[in-house]
Amino acid sequence: MKNKFVQAVLVIALGSALVTSCKPKSSGDAVSGDAAEKAYVAPGKYDEFYNFVSGGFSGQLSVYGLPSGRLFRVIPVFSVDPEKGWGYSEETKPMLNTSHGFVPWDDLHHTEMSQTNGEVDGRWVFGNANNTPRIARIDLKTFKTAEIIELPNSGGNHSSPFITENTEYVVAGTRFSVPADYSNGDVPINTYKENYKGHISFVSVDKKSGEMDLAFQIVTPGVNFDLSHAGKGKSHGWFFFSCYNTEQANTLLEVNASQKDKDFIMAVNWKKAEEYIKAGKGKKQKVKYAHNTWDEHTHSAKSTMKDEVLVLDASELKDICYMIPCPKSPHGCDVDPTGEFIVGSGKLAALIPVFSFDKLQSAIKGKKFEGDYGGIPVVKYEAALHGEVQKPGLGPLHTEFDGKGNAYTTFFVSSEVVKWDIKTLKVLDRVPTYYSVGHLCIPGGDSKKPFGKYLVAYNKITKDRYLPTGPELAQSAQIFDISGDKMKLILDFPTIGEPHYAQAAPADLIRNNGQLKFYKLDDNKHPYAAKGEKEAKVVREGNKVHVYMTSIRSHFAPDNIEGVKLGDEVYFHVTNLEQDWDVPHGFAVKGANNGELLIMPGETTTLKWVPDRVGTFPFYCTDFCSALHQEMQGYIRVSPKGSNVPLQFSLGTNVPATK
Amino acid sequence: METTKLALVSKILLFIIAGLFISSLFVPMWQIDLDAPQYPEGLVLKLHANKIGGDVEIINGLNHYIGMATLHTENFIEFKILPYIVGAFSLISIALIFINNRKFVLAFFGTFILFVILAGLDFYRWNYEYGHNLDPNAAIKVPGMAYQPPLIGYKQLLNFGAYSVPDIGGWYLIAAGVMLFYIVFKEFNLFKRKQTI
Repeated sequence: MKNKFVQAVLVIALGSALVTSCKPKSSGDAVSGDAAEKAYVAPGKYDEFYNFVSGGFSGQLSVYGLPSGRLFRVIPVFSVDPEKGWGYSEETKPMLNTSHGFVPWDDLHHTEMSQTNGEVDGRWVFGNANNTPRIARIDLKTFKTAEIIELPNSGGNHSSPFITENTEYVVAGTRFSVPADYSNGDVPINTYKENYKGHISFVSVDKKSGEMDLAFQIVTPGVNFDLSHAGKGKSHGWFFFSCYNTEQANTLLEVNASQKDKDFIMAVNWKKAEEYIKAGKGKKQKVKYAHNTWDEHTHSAKSTMKDEVLVLDASELKDICYMIPCPKSPHGCDVDPTGEFIVGSGKLAALIPVFSFDKLQSAIKGKKFEGDYGGIPVVKYEAALHGEVQKPGLGPLHTEFDGKGNAYTTFFVSSEVVKWDIKTLKVLDRVPTYYSVGHLCIPGGDSKKPFGKYLVAYNKITKDRYLPTGPELAQSAQIFDISGDKMKLILDFPTIGEPHYAQAAPADLIRNNGQLKFYKLDDNKHPYAAKGEKEAKVVREGNKVHVYMTSIRSHFAPDNIEGVKLGDEVYFHVTNLEQDWDVPHGFAVKGANNGELLIMPGETTTLKWVPDRVGTFPFYCTDFCSALHQEMQGYIRVSPKGSNVPLQFSLGTNVPATK
Repeated sequence: METTKLALVSKILLFIIAGLFISSLFVPMWQIDLDAPQYPEGLVLKLHANKIGGDVEIINGLNHYIGMATLHTENFIEFKILPYIVGAFSLISIALIFINNRKFVLAFFGTFILFVILAGLDFYRWNYEYGHNLDPNAAIKVPGMAYQPPLIGYKQLLNFGAYSVPDIGGWYLIAAGVMLFYIVFKEFNLFKRKQTI
């Protein structure tokens, strides 16, 4: 009975699909019957993949599970987060330091996971700051931002933070060409062509610690660098950057940067660049940039200002960079798992050019050049071309791979994902997205070893997908099952920020990477740590009052503090004495022009509080910690300037009353 | 054919028994498993011959809600003497091979049984002490509720289910006891006599 009903429905559905196939599809009919089952992760069960999604203009990194689309965590990276004290606690403030001083916000566009032998290794995720150019490294043992490095000579760090196959380098290409920091920037804007330069940064990553160092930069003619990907396998040693505005317009780019039929993908032989650096061809240039590192033992960040960078000139050293013509303002620049094919996506194009690494090499050897661009050789389009995907859709943006010989490209204008065969360049399947897809992610989809089970499309427009929330709607992602021949939509899920690029890896790879459950109190080297209630104290140094406070279920020590005077700066250094997983404590005090603290077990964190009036102020634990959480509180008394109330503190007993 | 000397198999067993006693010093003797909805992975107390191991700090932290005294190895004299007793048992087992007299084995078996009974009583006494001697200012007070863990087996204590069972070292001691019992039975020909009755 039921089967017949289902059959009948299918017949009607198929029939109407035939009839209406010429009409634009509506949002409902793309979902197949078993979609719910495929995206369902039962309560208490775990997802198959971790998905690290850029938080876009939130500046943060969000962590989802696939295929459920459940949000697990938002890791603060480039923007302050009062909830976690990020940028508010004394320890985290240096993480957001730049050559411009403390910058509380940025725009995180792309994520890239560290790789070993071209495969994701689950150690770190990198993220780029688009506005004030920086790269961050997030440690996946702690899910915490461990390092941020600023990039000089850059404006709009967009083609970043893509990495080489053993995480030798994480790169950054400037979106806005600007007058270099080591040159005079006070020049008329209409002198773009002579005074503006592009800089590509190669930031080395220490194999063990992950620590980043700005190894060198390559200076190029002024253009807009957009996206990039490293070669892999046979093309390891090369990096590919898409660039637009080769017209070198400095105003109304919408029109003026769309004039040329072809812009470029710039191929960079970084092994060659390394040789030149070794040979001393890099010019030392005076710049200023911040390098911020997090120390897990002192639970504190340190910001160091650096003042020098080695720069290689692409127009002088003729065999580092080559320009490959690519139609219509290329955006995505993606390399297939074998390292042979480079896919350029001209965002205004109606075809997808696919370049061959082998052909590029023989073109360079045979000097099949059609001229040069600002001193950089331009390879003949046909000489490097493997072929073009014909009529794939309109406005290709990004491509990922499933490891089975297929490529998946998103189309912003025609709002769809198209699956095509890398070798034959034939279109195999297409599905609509709702709406206007930008980036996409297949777990390991830009590595040598993709896990081609799911594809997530990150959409730019939501419109009718979720309950409306006023003028600003939810951001959105859609999951497709790509295990079969046809792509199947299985789930929509809302996201934070505007999701740009994302990375995903098998859950076990991250879960079993030696994840930290709590910080060992014995390893705590924070200068203001109180490693037991006996060490809790209050110390005055001039007008600075340091409170060495401890928290354990469910009280603070001390919890009564007196003798603070107006004009004092009070530093609450709170050490969480717990040594068990999942027992953080919080700390907040009335009137703080600041955030709260969330203190992980074994950690010490500091909140600065400057009382603005005489009185008594409560503080309390903000993170529910036990049945007696609501009792976890205390008072701090503030007396007038010059008052003779002595500095005293207590827990459990009343100190002698003062007048 | 009755002789007071030990059979070869008994000597071999005594040698194994000596090994079991020594080995038991390096592994936990007893464990108390605690399960609660908030601790799906469980908490465990491991009682070694010379110390308390396992999640002691976490359990001490939790016990303050009900006003139970905190557990510290140094507060128990047992952990100081137990290693010597068990070590002595091992030496005695070796000595018995050379003494080569079944009466001494019987005496040792008796001593061992006495030790087990005393140890059990002592364990019960401590369980009772910790379970009942609660801080009157404790945050959680349930009228009539005591938190004495079971001597052996399972008991529900508020949100925790407590399982008290031997750990590896305990099983070694049990095996040693069973072997001793076997030797006594064999050497006094208890197997045969039973058949003749």
